[in-house]
Amino acid sequence: MFENILRSFFDTEAMWAVVPDILAYGLRNTLVLALAATVIGIVLGMVLAVMGVSRSAWLRVPARVYTDVFRGLPAILTILLIGQGLAPLTSQWFRGNPYPLGILALSLISSAYIGEIFRSGIQSVDTGQLKACRALGMSYASAMRLVVVPQGIRRVLPALVNQFIAIVKDSSLVYFLGLLTSQRELFRVGQDAAVTSGNLSPLVAVGICYLIITVPLTYLVNWTDNRLRTGGRVAQVVDAQAEAKAAEIERTDRELAAKAGR
Amino acid sequence: MNSTIPSTPPTNTTPDVDAAHSSSLEVRDLTKTFGEHQVLRGVSLKITAGRTACVIGPSGSGKSTLLHCVNRLEEPTSGDVLLGGRSMLAQSPDALRRRVGTVFQHFNLFPHKTVLGNIVLPLRTVRGLSAQQAEQIAMERLAEVGLAAKAKHRPANLSGGQQQRVAIARALAMEPEVMLFDEATSALDPELVKGVLALMHGLAERGMTMLVVTHEMGFAREVADEVVFMDRGLVVEHAEPAAIFEDPVTSRLKGFLSQVL
Repeated sequence: MFENILRSFFDTEAMWAVVPDILAYGLRNTLVLALAATVIGIVLGMVLAVMGVSRSAWLRVPARVYTDVFRGLPAILTILLIGQGLAPLTSQWFRGNPYPLGILALSLISSAYIGEIFRSGIQSVDTGQLKACRALGMSYASAMRLVVVPQGIRRVLPALVNQFIAIVKDSSLVYFLGLLTSQRELFRVGQDAAVTSGNLSPLVAVGICYLIITVPLTYLVNWTDNRLRTGGRVAQVVDAQAEAKAAEIERTDRELAAKAGR
Repeated sequence: MNSTIPSTPPTNTTPDVDAAHSSSLEVRDLTKTFGEHQVLRGVSLKITAGRTACVIGPSGSGKSTLLHCVNRLEEPTSGDVLLGGRSMLAQSPDALRRRVGTVFQHFNLFPHKTVLGNIVLPLRTVRGLSAQQAEQIAMERLAEVGLAAKAKHRPANLSGGQQQRVAIARALAMEPEVMLFDEATSALDPELVKGVLALMHGLAERGMTMLVVTHEMGFAREVADEVVFMDRGLVVEHAEPAAIFEDPVTSRLKGFLSQVL
């Protein structure tokens, strides 16, 4: 039985057979889809976040509705609706190519999440920062752009990397749109090989590829998160000062005790 | 050894304020309501150019709200703010704020910028100076508050007193005609208060028009030209420090002084 399991999941021959396709198409397309959706998602997400913290309901409410819709729908539903629904309307530009629409759908989904990440970052910045800017005569726009948003973004970098990991995984769903051979991302490459070889090992091989991308990123997040929490260099300086002060107090105490003892 | 404890700031480096540059400040019948709660109930006071007025009073008396209404971080419900005798409420808030410097209780320096960057940023965005001009002015102002050596540090690496002195330098770099201080020393450890007060004292002597909300009765007595006692959203007494502290008229001021002195 153990041999059976080994053969259906870890057939080395079938795994090696899929490697050329992984390297030629799978990895590249997965990364292109995920990176493009992240970049567009960051741009749209920033717009959503700034709208979301606006005092005007005309900006806030649309951002809220957009976010609720795209975060609330299953990714596969959005991808199918956008990918197939918009295909006839965009055929003059994309000529039936589903790839750009796949990127668009992933971007719309990721922008909703990234918008919320940015918004929470912006709102975590002390209101005194905006007050100080306004008191100096800066406009609301330049206060946000130069002071509030830069501080907010720094705090949410770990959450952004998490979001990238989610998009890497979700990018597999564009295979539902039907891709050309050269457009296949990791999952589709593995799926095709699994079907032709009648063996699941190629899917295990692409699974390993996903892990090679996502696991190091997860640890990068944990590491930066820790650094942010302990404050990195700044906290070390403050700690060092506190330690020096504590040492001084202790020394004084000892001297006083010695004096009293004498 | 420990950089968080600053030496007493040198008194010969008080900021160079052109007395002719400062303006008179007047508020007329200012009211401010938050929902049902009326925080300011018709405050009027006038500070002649170059004079320092300290505002004292119990917490909740409307002192800080008054300051926020003067530079319109809070929009007054009614009344008027006049700078150099001209009404400012008809103009844009930014036009007013460019002429009024504000120093906050919690400094509100930009933590992602260096000390120098904190002063350069508003000089460039608001006054539209080149990087070179802005840096030159910023360094001059930092030198005046005795912190030129800290220009490249982050605010977090400075003591509270040093941070507040940077905040004052940042406000002064905008060449304000009036300076507002909102409990500028309340968040500081006792040993750091002196340096900031000395700096404010120097400013007052150089003829800056100042409206100072403070709990430092010693400062109010020694430095202020006039003292405003506020309670429950109204100016209760407004007189010279000697009269306020030695010869209070109302029982409310007497009661307040007996608690804080």
